[in-house]
Amino acid sequence: MPNYFLDNPDILFHFNTFDLKEVVAITEDDYTQSREFSYAPTQYEDAMGNYRKVLEVVGDLAGNFIAPRAAGVDHEGATFANGRVTYAEGTRKNLRQLSQADLMGMILPRKYGGLNFPFTIYMMTVEMLSRADASLMNIFGLQDIGDTIRKFGNEGQRMEFLPKISSGEHTGAMALTEPDAGSDLQAVKLHAYQNEQGAWFLRGMKRFITNGNAQVLLVLARSEPGTKDGRGLSLFVCHHDKTVKIRRIENKLGIHGSPTCELQFNDTPAQLVGSRRFGLIKYVLDLMYRARMGVSAQALGISQAAYEEALKYARERRQFGKAIADIPVISNMLIDMRVTLESNRSLFYSTTQCVDVKEKLEDKIEKMKGEGKSVAEETARLKHITKVANLLTPLSKYMLAECSNRITYDALQIHGGTGYMKEFHVEQLARDARITNIYEGTSQLQIVAASGGVINDVLGEMFEAKEKREYKGGLTRLANHLKEIRRLFLDSLKYVVDKKDTGFQDVAAKDLVEMYGSLYTGYLLLDEAEIEPRKVFIANRYIVTALAQARRNAEAIRGELFGDLLHASKILQ
Amino acid sequence: MYNSIVLVKQVPDTTNISGQVMKEDGTVNRSKLPAIFNFEDRVALEFALQVKDRCGGKVIAVTMGPPRASDVLRECLYMGADEAYLITDRKFAGADTLATSYVLSEAIKKIGSADLIFAGRQAIDGDTAQVGPQTAEKLGIPQITYVEEILDISERTVRVKKKIDGGYEILESQLPVLLTVLKDAAEPRPFSAKRLMAYKGAKSLLELEKLAEGNSLLYTDKLVYEYKNRSLFIPTLTAEDLHIDVARCGIKGSPTKVYEVESVVLTGSKPMRFENSKAGMLSLVDMLMEDRILG
Repeated sequence: MPNYFLDNPDILFHFNTFDLKEVVAITEDDYTQSREFSYAPTQYEDAMGNYRKVLEVVGDLAGNFIAPRAAGVDHEGATFANGRVTYAEGTRKNLRQLSQADLMGMILPRKYGGLNFPFTIYMMTVEMLSRADASLMNIFGLQDIGDTIRKFGNEGQRMEFLPKISSGEHTGAMALTEPDAGSDLQAVKLHAYQNEQGAWFLRGMKRFITNGNAQVLLVLARSEPGTKDGRGLSLFVCHHDKTVKIRRIENKLGIHGSPTCELQFNDTPAQLVGSRRFGLIKYVLDLMYRARMGVSAQALGISQAAYEEALKYARERRQFGKAIADIPVISNMLIDMRVTLESNRSLFYSTTQCVDVKEKLEDKIEKMKGEGKSVAEETARLKHITKVANLLTPLSKYMLAECSNRITYDALQIHGGTGYMKEFHVEQLARDARITNIYEGTSQLQIVAASGGVINDVLGEMFEAKEKREYKGGLTRLANHLKEIRRLFLDSLKYVVDKKDTGFQDVAAKDLVEMYGSLYTGYLLLDEAEIEPRKVFIANRYIVTALAQARRNAEAIRGELFGDLLHASKILQ
Repeated sequence: MYNSIVLVKQVPDTTNISGQVMKEDGTVNRSKLPAIFNFEDRVALEFALQVKDRCGGKVIAVTMGPPRASDVLRECLYMGADEAYLITDRKFAGADTLATSYVLSEAIKKIGSADLIFAGRQAIDGDTAQVGPQTAEKLGIPQITYVEEILDISERTVRVKKKIDGGYEILESQLPVLLTVLKDAAEPRPFSAKRLMAYKGAKSLLELEKLAEGNSLLYTDKLVYEYKNRSLFIPTLTAEDLHIDVARCGIKGSPTKVYEVESVVLTGSKPMRFENSKAGMLSLVDMLMEDRILG
């Protein structure tokens, strides 16, 4: 009876070290909601107690019900016939249980049937569900389109769409990409127009729409004729009625349980969300924080599952007269996987907490403005935390998705020939992981998104402060390594900036982002090592590896590794 | 609208017996085992909740057990039960199926009329499958055991599918009726997060008394009043509340005596080998038929 919450000491470690006091106080209106709702907490400890109990339910569902169905879901997949999508049987059962458990509107306010939970707790849920069945995240995780409607829609739209999302009666989809607008969303063409009464309609195609069969669709469309860029796009919400045709679903390498649809909108009645022209530049960017974190959680869950498979296999499989886990080369691989996994988790939950504070501060400021209060102090804080969130979100997505590919790769490798066979779960994990560094922005685009914050050294002050403090005896060496990484980073950054070559800068961004990311993660692990002795091992291997890697990154930049880009056409001829 | 009563039991979790819970003489130390919601009773509760989802009505969970049995009652509330009753008294301790069904039937009479009474087929600690049927007898109502599915329920009649050896029967009964259900008959729903948070503080009378004992500022009566107001009170019934014949309760009222517990290990006296061929297989089949294991 595996419970994916209780059987995972690292998840428990993070849960126990969460600091959500401010976040919960804001979202619970200083605990006044408990007067109206019997299931609202009366104080912080009560709230954390609630989250723990609910996460135990999630862990039980994930480990004992959803995971055993995952192979069936992968095999059967979502299917398409006569214009209709049908989920795999296992997916339907999963969604029914998740609805019965009230988990389909975790971050939505209670007023709309939600649980009003912090984003961080919701993300922990997504991690555990993804460990059980990665494809389920693609449906379950779309509940947070509800949060976009809550934030930017009007009260009528909230009442119309949110309660049914919370109850699980409806699921959602984000219809953003088109055949010619994938990574480049500014090129979206789907046409939005108004009739004489001012009602909006949508006409055009959307492609690669995850869960496009959903009942509620958020659609990015061109509402301003004649415009070519992102400023002519607005966000709409509509019901999936008979004017929306599903043309086909894709036949994918992995996440078979998640239907990826091509949609055709034939004069579909829709409602404008928020203001015109802000579709991409404000609302979709906001939605991306949560969507990217959702994919990071998915990657992390897959990594955990792959690591478990590899460890179990390595302990059972005997060759050369012993369990292969006891062969140094294999145990070294397993330790690498474990260290990567735990460092990923530290980065991830640090990021979710940052996103949580950012979002709740935004809500708080809105509310204070409504009450006519001064918001100068909060606004200054929000400005800084938004910069940090803008850095950490793509950084997490980049790191976790890439690492998930590495961990599943190694997990399959440890299985040897059997890992390549369908009978073993690890091949599914390797296929499922492969999408995580592609969708919701490829790794290359995450680097672009993170590089602004890296080049402006937005964590500079935090690093300065960390460098000044003393760490417990044995950790001083590691703290010095981090100082060295920072020195290498600053030298490399200066080199790149001084060069004033944008092409070079774009390519070198990967090395800079990696150095900066390992620096931040390294400090997180160092802090953890101070409170949990076992984490010293994790911090040690992570930071020693990071230093070696940073030297390589710095050498690549200063050694003009990318100088040959100018000759690309000759090299590639 | 149909009101249901569901009989539930807290049992020791015998699925994962580790070294720590084994005594030196090879028996199980029950106090070391975690106590869990008997699985078939969860299925019974699921049946009752499905009837409620379909036709409306109320679902009341009832357990007889020691004070800590209120844990399973809270879990019933998390799943969707409207009310939960704890039947507890030192005088009930050591009850066999006869004494248990006597107390339960009296409790059901006290709690009120139910159209349907559900119970799991049996509990994993005793495996007797007696309490459900005996309770029906004492209440003087019909019973159907081994129910796999409720096919239809209308007016004052219920039609169900009952599992029998090698197949099933379709049976119809008038209401009220007691049904015992099988493990695979339905998948119990998970706890609802909202109900879990709302009812996590629900307490039985005994738990409130304990709370009051530990704090001189608290009085049981006041606490009961307060918990009732917040719908967090688990009503508790004792022998006195039920006005019953204590001679028929607990160990006194239990004619069943466990004479001896024996661990039987089946071992083959003479291992035999058969050729891995058609002829070998046929001679194995012949031998099994001769021993009346097959056929």
